[in-house]
Amino acid sequence: MKVEETPLPGIGVRKDIVTASGRRIGTVIQRDGETELIVSRADDPDACIASIPLTAEEAFALGNLLGAHPLVAQLAEEHRDLAGVSTRQILIEAGSPFDGRELGDTRMRSRTSVSIVALLRRGQVQASPGPDFTLAAGDLLVAVGTADGLDAAAEILRGG
Amino acid sequence: MGSHSALVLIELGAVFLGLGVLGRLAGRIGLSPIPLYLIGGLFFGQGGFVELQGLEEFSAIASEIGVILLLLLLGLEYTAGELVTGLKQSWMAGVLDIVLNFLPGALIALVLGWGGVGALVLGGVTYISSSGIIAKVLTDLRRLGNRETPVVLSLLVFEDLAMAIYLPILTTVLAGVSFAGGLRAVGISLMVVTVVLVIALRFGRTVSAIVDSKDREVFLLTLIGGALLVAGVASAMQVSAAVGAFLLGIAISGATATNATRILEPLRDLFAAVFFVVFGLNTDPSTIPPVLGYALLLAVITSITKVATGWWAAKRQGVGRLGRARAGAALIARGEFSIVIAGLAVASGAVTDELAALATAYVLLMAIFGPVAARLAEPAMRLIQGKTPQTV
Repeated sequence: MKVEETPLPGIGVRKDIVTASGRRIGTVIQRDGETELIVSRADDPDACIASIPLTAEEAFALGNLLGAHPLVAQLAEEHRDLAGVSTRQILIEAGSPFDGRELGDTRMRSRTSVSIVALLRRGQVQASPGPDFTLAAGDLLVAVGTADGLDAAAEILRGG
Repeated sequence: MGSHSALVLIELGAVFLGLGVLGRLAGRIGLSPIPLYLIGGLFFGQGGFVELQGLEEFSAIASEIGVILLLLLLGLEYTAGELVTGLKQSWMAGVLDIVLNFLPGALIALVLGWGGVGALVLGGVTYISSSGIIAKVLTDLRRLGNRETPVVLSLLVFEDLAMAIYLPILTTVLAGVSFAGGLRAVGISLMVVTVVLVIALRFGRTVSAIVDSKDREVFLLTLIGGALLVAGVASAMQVSAAVGAFLLGIAISGATATNATRILEPLRDLFAAVFFVVFGLNTDPSTIPPVLGYALLLAVITSITKVATGWWAAKRQGVGRLGRARAGAALIARGEFSIVIAGLAVASGAVTDELAALATAYVLLMAIFGPVAARLAEPAMRLIQGKTPQTV
């Protein structure tokens, strides 16, 4: 598969791939950083059925969702036989008190018994991040724990 | 003195307020404000319904600054790298564009007996598409992700480079220089454009670093000062003030260019509005009806020729029929640069007033019809093909 980069003079750049099902999916990134998600039409592959503006945060989150999928599926599979334990993805939102602070500062294990087993940033997976790992808005944490514990963890990451 | 400047302030205020109302109206109905500014100018100017007094001095220099800023921001829009790749990729379509769209204007000017100078001017008016209107239409119609869009944009890039060669020629010809002098102007402008492109490609960062400043105020003053100085020197060298500003814009690149655009945009909008109004002001509305037939004829012909240009260019890039129709129709809009060309010609006094009237009527038609055509091309094409759009 090849990511095609097409310059749009005066506007920015278009990056897209053609999927196995024949659709063109990609992004248009304008000079000022504005990003659009584009999906081509089925009956007219030159045109787009959707071009959805995304904020930087939304784009990171979407990338992480897509990138996270196989990893989370695998974890869920491994924990299937353990009753009461599940896997959840938690996003560090802009405005989170932990944006820019270390993972250890959340004291997640001692407060909720939840383990952060992986972290996704811009499509890259960081496996078992250490307590000195610095979090940033847009990071997607993959957490394992009980349902109550995961609810509490999400709450902590959102507002302390 | 006091009462005179009070009158001028009141008149200026009324004009800008009026333009604000027109701009808002244009936004409501999804139109470019340019045709409404022109109509506003026609309404107030000589032979119009109301005549304004005492604004000449200010409006003359303000509209000149408007042209300089229009071209400076056009230059800022493209990096030197984009210009060079655009030139490489689309030169064949670019040449076709010149042949198909310059000739109709030039021929009509000859038929009307306006001579070689008139042909050079009117050819330029019908050739140059409005990159401002087209970029906005493509964004509004959410076509940035479409495959035909890079084709349209690189044609616009080619046209802008062609302007950098054309405007100096026009300036020398309008100044009444001989054929040899015209050739010399072509040589000089080709050389200057090449040198600036090389400088921008090699030392773009240095140029940007000289102009750049963290302080907004300093940055703004440096930019405006630089642009006016370069434009003035270029004008003194007979290379056309506007082209000087355009080349300065090309030499500035990267983040500096983006910031410069952000800072200068409101100023450009203000002064360019003055320029369009002044052009309308200096056109006597009663001269338009006699040339309206020719304007309509030109509008029809050059709409077809632009569609043909876009169709051919898109086909070469492997775009399908619907995309070819969209590319062609998107290119129809003419606007700011057609008026810049006509404005230069009228200001020099080397062409007849009828040319200004024809150019005004033509741009009014094309600036309004262009965006409409861009919208309708796809449904029209589907109708011809007998296909209804699928929803997924």
